[in-house]
Amino acid sequence: MTGGLWRDALRRLAADRAAITGLVVLGLLTMAALAGPLLVDWRQDQIDWEHMAVPPFAVEGHWLGTDRLGRDLLVRTLHGLRVSLAIALAATLVALVIGVAWGALAGYLRGRTDALMMRFVDVLYALPLVFFVIILTVVFGRGPVTLLVAIGAFGWLTMARIVRGQALSLREREFVEAAIVGGAGTARIVVRHIVPNLLGPVIVYATLTVPQVILVESFLSFLGIGIQEPLASLGNLIADGAREMETAPWMLAVPAGCLVLLVFAFNFLGDGLRDALDPRDR
Amino acid sequence: MSALLELRGVTVRYRLHGARQAPLTAVDDVSFGLDAGEMLGLVGESGCGKSTLGRAILRLVPLASGEIHWDGDRVDALGAGAFRRLRSELQYVFQDPNACLDPRMTIAQSVAEPLRALMPALDARQRTQRVLQLLSEAGLQAEFGARYPHQLSGGQLQRAVIARALVPDPRFVVFDEPVSALDVSVQGQIVNLLAGIRRGRGLAGLFISHNLAVVASLCERVMVMFRGRIVETATSAALIAAPLHPYTRALLDAVPSLDPGERARALRRRVLPVADGTPVSAAGCAYALRCPLAVSRCRTERPAPVPAGAGREVACHRAAEWPAGLPAGAPS
Repeated sequence: MTGGLWRDALRRLAADRAAITGLVVLGLLTMAALAGPLLVDWRQDQIDWEHMAVPPFAVEGHWLGTDRLGRDLLVRTLHGLRVSLAIALAATLVALVIGVAWGALAGYLRGRTDALMMRFVDVLYALPLVFFVIILTVVFGRGPVTLLVAIGAFGWLTMARIVRGQALSLREREFVEAAIVGGAGTARIVVRHIVPNLLGPVIVYATLTVPQVILVESFLSFLGIGIQEPLASLGNLIADGAREMETAPWMLAVPAGCLVLLVFAFNFLGDGLRDALDPRDR
Repeated sequence: MSALLELRGVTVRYRLHGARQAPLTAVDDVSFGLDAGEMLGLVGESGCGKSTLGRAILRLVPLASGEIHWDGDRVDALGAGAFRRLRSELQYVFQDPNACLDPRMTIAQSVAEPLRALMPALDARQRTQRVLQLLSEAGLQAEFGARYPHQLSGGQLQRAVIARALVPDPRFVVFDEPVSALDVSVQGQIVNLLAGIRRGRGLAGLFISHNLAVVASLCERVMVMFRGRIVETATSAALIAAPLHPYTRALLDAVPSLDPGERARALRRRVLPVADGTPVSAAGCAYALRCPLAVSRCRTERPAPVPAGAGREVACHRAAEWPAGLPAGAPS
């Protein structure tokens, strides 16, 4: 029966032009990331010895140019998009699940349990991410999975804090007392009353987490402890492009433009979702 | 016949921020009994502990001391699980219908929620049936069940809240100012609805309000509360006709009148002093600092509730001096 509220939210979302634009752009980018590499004649690690560092549209077949090693920039960007999106979505999902459960429970139970749970979050916060990633790469080797585990392990901390704050104020609301009077137990109150009511800020924060994770991924890749060549990610493509930006600006412009588009799309969608999901305030 | 609900020396304290501050005693040594089917009124100014007392009965706030007996058994010491089984008999109607319904649940979902925990024998179809039956008893058409709280008016929401409280078929309901958040025109409808439900179900209840007229129309007996203590208990008629406690008198005098002459006279009388933060001395009468009739004994010795004939009780050292009650504007 919750269908009604979601249907209302969808109708409101459909009326929001910026959010729909964001959604369409995201859909196109996702489709391009999934199917695009199959439609291009080049592989991401394939070198075209005759066309190195050519600008976009200069040579037939390399529509967005090539990099210094003669690798097709279009196919590398699409692959990078695929890797970045996959890591970002997976890490956000991890953050969402752990963060919401952790924060909602801490906020609802309050007192000593809350203090213990949040001090644990504080301790993790105090660990430097880069240091943690280096340790993980030493133990498990470099690669997307290590990166995912590292980002996931830190990504849920902020989410847990946001959710806890929301849960703390929600549990003081009268409808929680009403549920207690109605015989509802802790689990039911958290699942049926606390979590659905904090979904708005959570979804907004999640859509903002995705571009954040993409930036962290690119930062780590830039430092050489993230995605490794010849695998492409938006991060290491931008890092490569930044080194060539004076002589071959397209090497930076193509992946950077892609990243900007992605971040804008997520932010517009997040804004629209927040407005659509809140049945009050209108 | 023993009382359905009996409170003995119930005290509730709130710890204030700042550990060095003494805890605030919101409900102070309250005792009363309530028979099956009886609607008992509870009046007093804002912040006097009315709601806290109601919440304490439903275990929404913990007791500092005292006992609560339900149907002959002591229930305040029960474990959480055992008390949960009692929740179908004890229900609560909250003051603000906007705040006590989950904005993400339809009215029908909210009304059905107590059934899951309190009437687990019902299947989904029986639950739906029961919800519809209760919505109609509360005067809401079935179509409102599919709506969300923000789509309903205050009066409709309060009807939904009443339906939810009645859905597990309780024997006792705390009505915590159920009409004070509503328009005056809607207040009358809800009061009539409650009167009808009460008659139809033989429901017992504690009706909390600061509106004496509403309380008098629904309750035979009224308790007057001041700073956490019950200062006077009497039938509604006797309380309004001949108040014995100076605070009850002041409360009655504070009711605004529509008659201009009466209003002018009332203004010439003292206005009811506002509650200030002065700590009540545990030794004296809670009202002593504001009472125009207080004598030195009132500040040093706490008055116990004493019978004053015809089931009345009053906690005032000097009440015996005016057995016929205090006339309007008497304390000056």
